[in-house]
Amino acid sequence: MLTLYGTELHSHLLLGTAQYPSPAILLDAIKASGTGVVTVSLRRETAGGSSGERFWSLIRSSGVRVLPNTAGCHSAKEAVLTAQMARDLFATDWIKLEVIGNHDTLQPDVFALVEAAGILSNEGFKVFPYTTDDLVVAGRLIDAGCEVLMPWCAPIGSAQGPLNLHALRSLRGHFPEVPLIVDAGLGRPSHAATVMELGFDAILLNTAVAKAGDPVAMAGAFAKATEAGYAAFRAGMLEPRDVAVPSTPVIGKAVFG
Amino acid sequence: MKLIVNGETREVGAQFLNALLSELEFEGEWLATALNGELVRSAERADCALREGDRVEILTPQQGG
Repeated sequence: MLTLYGTELHSHLLLGTAQYPSPAILLDAIKASGTGVVTVSLRRETAGGSSGERFWSLIRSSGVRVLPNTAGCHSAKEAVLTAQMARDLFATDWIKLEVIGNHDTLQPDVFALVEAAGILSNEGFKVFPYTTDDLVVAGRLIDAGCEVLMPWCAPIGSAQGPLNLHALRSLRGHFPEVPLIVDAGLGRPSHAATVMELGFDAILLNTAVAKAGDPVAMAGAFAKATEAGYAAFRAGMLEPRDVAVPSTPVIGKAVFG
Repeated sequence: MKLIVNGETREVGAQFLNALLSELEFEGEWLATALNGELVRSAERADCALREGDRVEILTPQQGG
């Protein structure tokens, strides 16, 4: 069970809705992933156009909860306004807060992120901040009112997987009660299992599923890996050892010759 | 009067935001609006007066990660 701002979810996977080959494949991928939450954005509508309404009808038909994002915002002011518009449109106070600070890496501007998180928390938003794996920034975000953190494990869309396991472990260790969702950088199901085995609460995926050869099959593969990592962490994993230890009992072994 | 709507200069007759949406054929209830960088809630559009040079943003749900 995953609890985010008091909402209980059965899946530990959140799914982005961009870059799929077709709307039908997106819908099938949502089902195959088993997710209860998908991310959406707000973009300019063209006069006379209805692309937004068609997309929204599709998402509503999936029956899952939406987490609007502030993707593309480069200042706290932009992000706050986008969040306010998202709340008016989607009728949810959940917001995936993104404030981008670097065009090449899409690294968050953590200073503007903390500023915007404070403003939005004070306005009653339930903020899901897309942040780095920096421990001190994580603390500032919690101080600003965030009850969930979404650190990257590698740049968005890079598929590199967790680049700094030490930092992710440190976040988990310092904030044992805060839901931690790895957002961005996962490429393979084994990456998802790895971060879940660290004790993370969930993962958020988009590109790794949407750009796979078979997005629906990949959504299912990530779902299995995510749940496997979640179960493994709770089951208690063996620590690596430097020497071999026989698994078959030694006592009672026959002595020949 | 001239307004900047989603980044484009438009000559319009509408005096209020809800009338502007109709005039420019923005259909559907799934729209979010802002005027000069401030949110205008859907319920407030009918009373939102427009002035020459105002910047209007009209957004809608789209795919996102």
